[in-house]
Amino acid sequence: MEISILFFPLIASIISGFFGRYIGDRNSEIVTSSLVSISAFLSIYVLYQVIVNQYEENIVIVNWITSGSLSVNWSMLIDPLSAVMLVVVTSVSSLVHIYSIGYMSHDPHKSRFMAYLSLFTFAMLMLVTADNFIQLFFGWEGVGLCSYFLIGFWFKKESANAAAIKAFVVNRVGDFGFALGIFLIFYLFGTVNYSEVFQLVPKVLDKNLLFLGLKIKAIDLICLLLFIGAMGKSAQILLHTWLPDAMEGPTPVSALIHAATMVTAGVFLVVRCSPIFEYSPLILSLVTIIGMTTAFFAATVALVQTDIKKIIAYSTCSQLGYMFFATGVGAYNVAMFHLFTHAFFKALLFLGAGSVIHSLNNEQDIQNMGGVWRKIPYTWGLMIIGTLALTGFPFLSGYYSKDAIIEFAYLRGNTVGYLAAFIGIFTAFLTAIYSWRLIFKTFHGDYNNKDLSINEMQESPYIMIVPLIVLAVGSILAGFLFKDLFIGVGNEELFWKESIKFLVPLSDEHPPYSILYSTPILVILSIPISYYLFVKNKNITKWFAEENKPLYKFLLNKWYFDELYEYLFVKPSKKMGTFFWKKIDINLIDKFGPDGVSNLIKKLTVKAVKFQSGYIYQYAFVMLLGFTALLTYLIVSK
Amino acid sequence: MNFPILSSLILLPTVGAIFIFLTKSSSKSNYNSSKYLALFTSFFNFVLSIYLWYIFDPNTSNFQFVENRDWLNGFINYKVGIDGISILFIVLSTLIAALCIVNVCNHITNKLKDFLIAILLMESLMIGVFCSLDLVIFYLFFEAGLIPMFLIIGIWGGPRRVYSAFKFFLFTLLGSVLMLVAIISIYWINGTTDIIELYNLGIEPKYQNLLWLAFFSSFAVKTPMWPVHTWLPDAHVEAPTAGSVLLAAILLKMAGYGFIRFSIGLFPLASEYFVPLIYFLSLVAIIYTSLVALMQEDMKKLIAYSSVAHMGFVTLGIFTFTKQGLEGGIIQMISHGLVSAALFLCVGVVYERVHSRLIVTYGGLVSIMPKYAVLFMIFTLAAIGLPGTSGFIGEFLILMGVFKKSFWVATIASLGVILAAAYMLWLYKRVVFGKVINKELLNMLDLRKSEIFILVALAIPTIFFGFYPEPLLNTIDVSINNLIETYNKQIFLNK
Repeated sequence: MEISILFFPLIASIISGFFGRYIGDRNSEIVTSSLVSISAFLSIYVLYQVIVNQYEENIVIVNWITSGSLSVNWSMLIDPLSAVMLVVVTSVSSLVHIYSIGYMSHDPHKSRFMAYLSLFTFAMLMLVTADNFIQLFFGWEGVGLCSYFLIGFWFKKESANAAAIKAFVVNRVGDFGFALGIFLIFYLFGTVNYSEVFQLVPKVLDKNLLFLGLKIKAIDLICLLLFIGAMGKSAQILLHTWLPDAMEGPTPVSALIHAATMVTAGVFLVVRCSPIFEYSPLILSLVTIIGMTTAFFAATVALVQTDIKKIIAYSTCSQLGYMFFATGVGAYNVAMFHLFTHAFFKALLFLGAGSVIHSLNNEQDIQNMGGVWRKIPYTWGLMIIGTLALTGFPFLSGYYSKDAIIEFAYLRGNTVGYLAAFIGIFTAFLTAIYSWRLIFKTFHGDYNNKDLSINEMQESPYIMIVPLIVLAVGSILAGFLFKDLFIGVGNEELFWKESIKFLVPLSDEHPPYSILYSTPILVILSIPISYYLFVKNKNITKWFAEENKPLYKFLLNKWYFDELYEYLFVKPSKKMGTFFWKKIDINLIDKFGPDGVSNLIKKLTVKAVKFQSGYIYQYAFVMLLGFTALLTYLIVSK
Repeated sequence: MNFPILSSLILLPTVGAIFIFLTKSSSKSNYNSSKYLALFTSFFNFVLSIYLWYIFDPNTSNFQFVENRDWLNGFINYKVGIDGISILFIVLSTLIAALCIVNVCNHITNKLKDFLIAILLMESLMIGVFCSLDLVIFYLFFEAGLIPMFLIIGIWGGPRRVYSAFKFFLFTLLGSVLMLVAIISIYWINGTTDIIELYNLGIEPKYQNLLWLAFFSSFAVKTPMWPVHTWLPDAHVEAPTAGSVLLAAILLKMAGYGFIRFSIGLFPLASEYFVPLIYFLSLVAIIYTSLVALMQEDMKKLIAYSSVAHMGFVTLGIFTFTKQGLEGGIIQMISHGLVSAALFLCVGVVYERVHSRLIVTYGGLVSIMPKYAVLFMIFTLAAIGLPGTSGFIGEFLILMGVFKKSFWVATIASLGVILAAAYMLWLYKRVVFGKVINKELLNMLDLRKSEIFILVALAIPTIFFGFYPEPLLNTIDVSINNLIETYNKQIFLNK
């Protein structure tokens, strides 16, 4: 039964992808949605078994690669961690499948789209249920591939194609680190299976490697390399540039892949490898720093963007930063909790944004929206719920998970922890501001769209609204219902068991009230502030932007990362390619190699031809010379 | 053991070629009969090679199906036999040759008969290379294989075919001469050219370095390694599709096979000694040619340069002398044989319709040729080394092996994996995605049945071995173990 969770999406994908044109679009949609939904129900059942009956199992499907001491299986590992991920992935995926039936109703390539979505689901499940690093890598690249397909789904758009390649290549940079990490693991431990590697970790703690002339602990290097992979997939600062561009894909894709599931794979990787990361305080600090920097950076950029999807994309980036700094301070379970709740409300926000875009005839710029809340009341109401949950409004899901992250960061008790807590609080405030800015600019104020009269607007069909309602229920209740299970005192042992390693037990104290209450207060205050800034008195923001032009530009251009990378990597690569080709291959190797040799021979033959002039007296003269020379030699040598 | 199956494999295509030669080329029916004859011969040979793989015993490292006949008064013996390494290349050769013949039958009209004869002869020679157990026999097959290739480029090639053919010939000849000298010296030193005997005797350490270099000069040109790679892009560009396929899929593999069988097998000490050289050249090949590939405007040249980079991985893997590296190298060669063949066929498909290899000519093919887009995508991904394709198994194992030897070499080589994604996806995007701008493309037909057949025949093993490479790994397992053991023993004895 467990294996069918994996293979239903694959079967769905094959049916829809290869036979879609024979069975028709509608049937493809039904087949994929229902098979993935069955997977979702089965996953929920598995999680139930895990919680209630302590069910754990490692199912080996078939052996994959055997080469010397390397032995890798196709397998399905079910433990608390993967069970949680199974539920997140399949449930969001099935809702997105259903939603897509409505959203993509005018698209000519529906069955192809559904096939990609299902294939993605399969790859993601392979990723989370792997029992070894290479299957994990398989899923890892597989989800990247599907992401590439889906970002570039509208293949006629130049920008979509460019974004797809960018996503793939930037992810490859991360994968480069990840792959090296796997090689190092294999080199050190002689195996790539989790259970064996994790057991052996304490034995290599003293091992040092020479790296750039520095002595570095092997464990630190492993963690660093794995984390580079995680940074790529989870769009952390330096390797984040692909995520905003990835919004070129259809919106359901953004919800599923670029919010709820794939981008959280990096967090999952760090949590899965907690038995290694726990022994590397150095890299854990780095994880915290990168996480909090990303959280802050993305939130600042989100403040000034005007594309509704890009704002949410940066918000995702920022929330992923939160998850990372939670893992960095050793609160892996809290990171998982935020991952869990985030999947609901971020998918809700994306799908809600999709519903807005759908109703506004593919308009994505929030400057061309406004005042439409009466026209699309369901979408509006659901988006409000999503926003409340995201900002961490008290008693909604984000409140429990995000506040817990800040608390645990504080309780870690070191400098990095305090700093992370402080930045966490400040970023939470920024999050609230930009989220409400989005809501107010989209739904309130004056209607600004010239292309579409407001009366023509229609609410999205039920097939799109119903999945939103399910997600909204999740956004409201997931935090409250699951907080004890995920982060309850003592549940590190009781629920997570072996799947997460805590070297230092989590503190069960409470941080001071100033920390405890500051976030909710800021979050609540931000609603009237944003209302004033973005609806009542718009001149203030305008004036502020005018006054601080460089800062505004800096944020609008996303801290100039794209330009920097273009200058540092893309252009030099192209220049070097041309140089090697034109200068070295053609002008050096060929010129002196084959062409040189043939020219030389030509010249020599031209010279040789002169000898054969055909005049007898010349030949006779040469013979005479030779004869004289020979004779002289004989005489002299005697 | 009584039935000379290897000789049959070698001779069968030649016999087919003779029959085709004897048919009259004038009438239409004879024209067809030569087609059928070629198809029948090559497919029968493919089935025979599969049968050989089936009855092959993977549990012993000894050479199997050995045939030994006196030739030249016992001075040189015609000796053939196979182990786990050669059998895979034999199957690859018969498969690719058969698919080439399908391709040629459907595309070539000018001197078809001669083309078929050339391919069949080449098939004979290639199979001969992979099962010879005598250096002189090996040399004969190895060099004779150039002749049909030379003719294929020179007769059926593009406008600059003569230049390319000569460049190809000049480069390869240079290495070959040195190898011949080395083979003669080995006979002087050890009194035999029998490979099994030479394995047992071993070659005196003081001669190894020079001999190794002589063999290397021949293999390096054929691999091709940087800086003697420049003949490859030209040869590919001018060669007809089937020629490119044979060249990329099999001719290049003879060098990789040679490295394993001769360089490591006969000269272990020299191989160890020259490791830095090989690593350096392979790394340059990987990074340098990947960057050059990025900037190519001609589809065939791009894929040709990517071949150089992929073969760089192979040499890297082979010279790790580790289980993973060697096995990865072999899988990478098989995989590259399938994938590069398919990519050249993909270029051939559009070239045949529009007569342009330039990337800018195309764009938006997905709306016109959806089936083509799917198959081309599969091979693009395999070239990138995506998990789930055979390319991944090869590259990943190689890098695992390399990592054991050197962190930095593995790191730099891994950079090539990023570049591969960049140039292949960019190529695919420019050719297949986007809007159709060139109106000429609108009349293009999607893949014909024969084209689908060829590409699917290549796609199935590419994907199957990506998910389940055990059949390949099982076959080479014992032979590789033996190779590494012998190698380590030699190194140990001489320390």
